[in-house]
Amino acid sequence: MSDAGASHHPDLETLLRRALAPIEPPADLTDRLEARLQTITELAADELEAWELSAMRDPRNWARPAAAVVVGGAAGAALVVLRARHRAAARRRRPSGVVDAAERALREVFSEARRLAR
Amino acid sequence: MPDAPTADKARLDREFTELYRAHLRDVYSYSYYRVGNHHDAEDLTTQTFLQAYRHFERAQRESHGRPLRPWLIRIAHNLAANLYRDRSRKPQSAIDDSMPLPAIHTTEDLVEGRDELARILDGVQQLPDDRREALIMRFALGMDNREIARALGRTDGATKVLIHRAIRQLQEIVGT
Repeated sequence: MSDAGASHHPDLETLLRRALAPIEPPADLTDRLEARLQTITELAADELEAWELSAMRDPRNWARPAAAVVVGGAAGAALVVLRARHRAAARRRRPSGVVDAAERALREVFSEARRLAR
Repeated sequence: MPDAPTADKARLDREFTELYRAHLRDVYSYSYYRVGNHHDAEDLTTQTFLQAYRHFERAQRESHGRPLRPWLIRIAHNLAANLYRDRSRKPQSAIDDSMPLPAIHTTEDLVEGRDELARILDGVQQLPDDRREALIMRFALGMDNREIARALGRTDGATKVLIHRAIRQLQEIVGT
């Protein structure tokens, strides 16, 4: 790391390197993240916009997709349900936990609502 | 035999997995030093990789073979900025109040230099955001000037100056 632009402060650089030592991620984070990435790689790319878990879990963010369904009218809502059912049928062929399934279903409905809102 | 799009997606997923495995520690280290606690660092790391996956294909296409680590760190940087912006609306304890010494430090470090390292970390936390980030990228992640420049969206020259000033300011703070 000779290009630090800081070669006049070797002692401080040594201390900085020790103070800011790399942090190993917790093992359970690695497992959880790998599992989640495994799940999303199974989704089509156009569904990934809905994969904002923190936003999706916040009820304040439900208003816009929900409003989109209303604005889309009955036909739009029916399309949402039909597509969601189609994916639910595909999902049933894969084993998964209850929470995962609920999360996916919610995501799919939002995804369709967003698509219709465009 | 898989059709072309399926094969492309399989290749993309495989390459993303390699990227993820190669840089998980980098993203986590950056996140930890940026937010100062493991809980938020885990969340930031997760969100970074989820967002990276969304845009991986385009990033690969536009990278022209250059390493993608700066791109990953830039995502984490932007997400962290959003996190702080959202939290600035409600009172929080200062990050440096909760910044512990990293768990990776050896017993020798803890016995011989704990106070000194704590003083350095405290000094880093007092730096302006851009200077602090540059030092994290340099010393925690071992990024060179070019990588840091790409992660911060600056020129190589501006980055070199930024790091130089960061170290000089830190030196004044800690009195080394």
